[in-house]
Amino acid sequence: MTPKAPVIKTERLTKRFGDFVATDEITFEVHEGEIFGFLGANGAGKTTAMRMLCGLSAPSSGTATVAGFDIYRQTEQIKRHIGYMSQKFSLYEDLTVLENIRFFGGIYGLSKPQLRLKSETLVERLGLQSEAKKLVGELPLGWKQKLAFSVSILHDPKIVFLDEPTGGVDPVTRRQFWTLIYEAASRGITVFVTTHYMDEAEYCNRISIMVDGRIEALGTPRQLKAQLDEPSLDSVFYRLARGAKNNG
Amino acid sequence: MVTLNNITKTYNKGAVTAVDKVSFSVEKGELFGLIGPDGAGKSSIFRMLTTLLLPDSGTAAVAGHDIVKGYQQIRSSVGYMPGRFSLYQDLTVEENLRFFATLFNTSVEENYHLIEDIYVQLSPFKGRRAGKLSGGMKQKLALCCALIHKPVVLFLDEPTTGVDPVSRKEFWEMLQRLKQQGITIVVSTPYMDEATLCDRIALIQHGRILSIDTPDGVVRSYPSNLYAIKATDMPRLIQVLATYGSPFNSYIFGEYIHVDTPPNGSEGLIANLTSFVADAGLTDVEVIRITPTIEDCFIKLLTS
Repeated sequence: MTPKAPVIKTERLTKRFGDFVATDEITFEVHEGEIFGFLGANGAGKTTAMRMLCGLSAPSSGTATVAGFDIYRQTEQIKRHIGYMSQKFSLYEDLTVLENIRFFGGIYGLSKPQLRLKSETLVERLGLQSEAKKLVGELPLGWKQKLAFSVSILHDPKIVFLDEPTGGVDPVTRRQFWTLIYEAASRGITVFVTTHYMDEAEYCNRISIMVDGRIEALGTPRQLKAQLDEPSLDSVFYRLARGAKNNG
Repeated sequence: MVTLNNITKTYNKGAVTAVDKVSFSVEKGELFGLIGPDGAGKSSIFRMLTTLLLPDSGTAAVAGHDIVKGYQQIRSSVGYMPGRFSLYQDLTVEENLRFFATLFNTSVEENYHLIEDIYVQLSPFKGRRAGKLSGGMKQKLALCCALIHKPVVLFLDEPTTGVDPVSRKEFWEMLQRLKQQGITIVVSTPYMDEATLCDRIALIQHGRILSIDTPDGVVRSYPSNLYAIKATDMPRLIQVLATYGSPFNSYIFGEYIHVDTPPNGSEGLIANLTSFVADAGLTDVEVIRITPTIEDCFIKLLTS
């Protein structure tokens, strides 16, 4: 992949909580249309870093831009130009599929005609026509997650942050979810994803592995395996994360 | 040690069938895995076996007691670690452990040997409130509390969900040591790779058991042939494979694409696939015959 303009650019980005350094001088770039896997053990500092990049938490030091906006001064613009979904927070269970689409579309500032068009294409593409008026709480988890992802990119953000999007999802649906990720990336949406499934790390263009707040490795899956002379990403991850002090 | 006969559980006045005529049994000292995604019915099965939920129909027994008539005996002889963290957040590590020991008329000292391995990792934080622990530490404390009354059967509902690969591996090592102490363990997980660490597994989806066997047995009964293929340009390879004429199912799997094909259609497949893909302009093509993983078996059962 040829490097394009960075959608995320950080320089010694750091977050301290008292004496504890959750994110320790991380420096990296994510390019436009890239699928970037952000890996690390529990407690390695992934969530803290992600919260800073989404404009939800002010850094202690260092600099970063997301979608061209500064993470100290332009947090509101950042929020408007990113999408976010996680396994925990996705959609309102007691609203229907269409109501959720309309609600989040409205929040992202889509116009009524835009919303009507987007709702129709989204429901059709996911094959949810007969479920459109059902409550989201009644849908199986896999469909919920596919819907949540589609809603998170309804406003065509520059970048979407996915925090363990496929946790607990069955293996067939998990692969369908990755097809949606590929589609989004091919439309130019940058994808920033965390996962505990090492096979999914292989589907990323590049990955980083965080250990105790620092980025210990960064590159394509092939590069990391070659650098550490390990047969699989599973063993790469195990070797780097095993020595962690903040291990979960 | 645990037997289920045609257990069914529905919710919303029968509108949702969570568990559909499930039968299986777990032998004494066995490490038995219920493997399936969220919503497959695993937690409902656990809640019935721990007498927290009544089945609609069917019968089940745990440690020789019926789950309806013998609920009191079951409650005092099993350990249960629910999927959601359910210890007292505002009690310390030590207080939680002592509370659960007292509840079961025993003491921490009496059964300390059971939890020693795990508790040494927790002891630096024994004065910390449970709510302030990290995810991994909470999980270890929950396991200690489920073990402290020396249960004969241990039920662990998704103990490793959301846990990173390193901590997951450590957790399974703890389970192996508990098994050596003779405790029967029933554990559920959505991670297919953990299945191989169990003595026997039940693959479950939509409330139904798809297969029960040893992990090796599940793999051996895979009905077709499986190949793995890779090339430099993987997204292009997916597209090219979709245009290959022969009836097979292909899906991404880590750095490879897996190709499932009926045994009668696999004659010369490696050579044919290699040249087909190379003709489409792909380079560094590698095709190999592989042994399916549990995840492949699960995919096969879901798609056939």
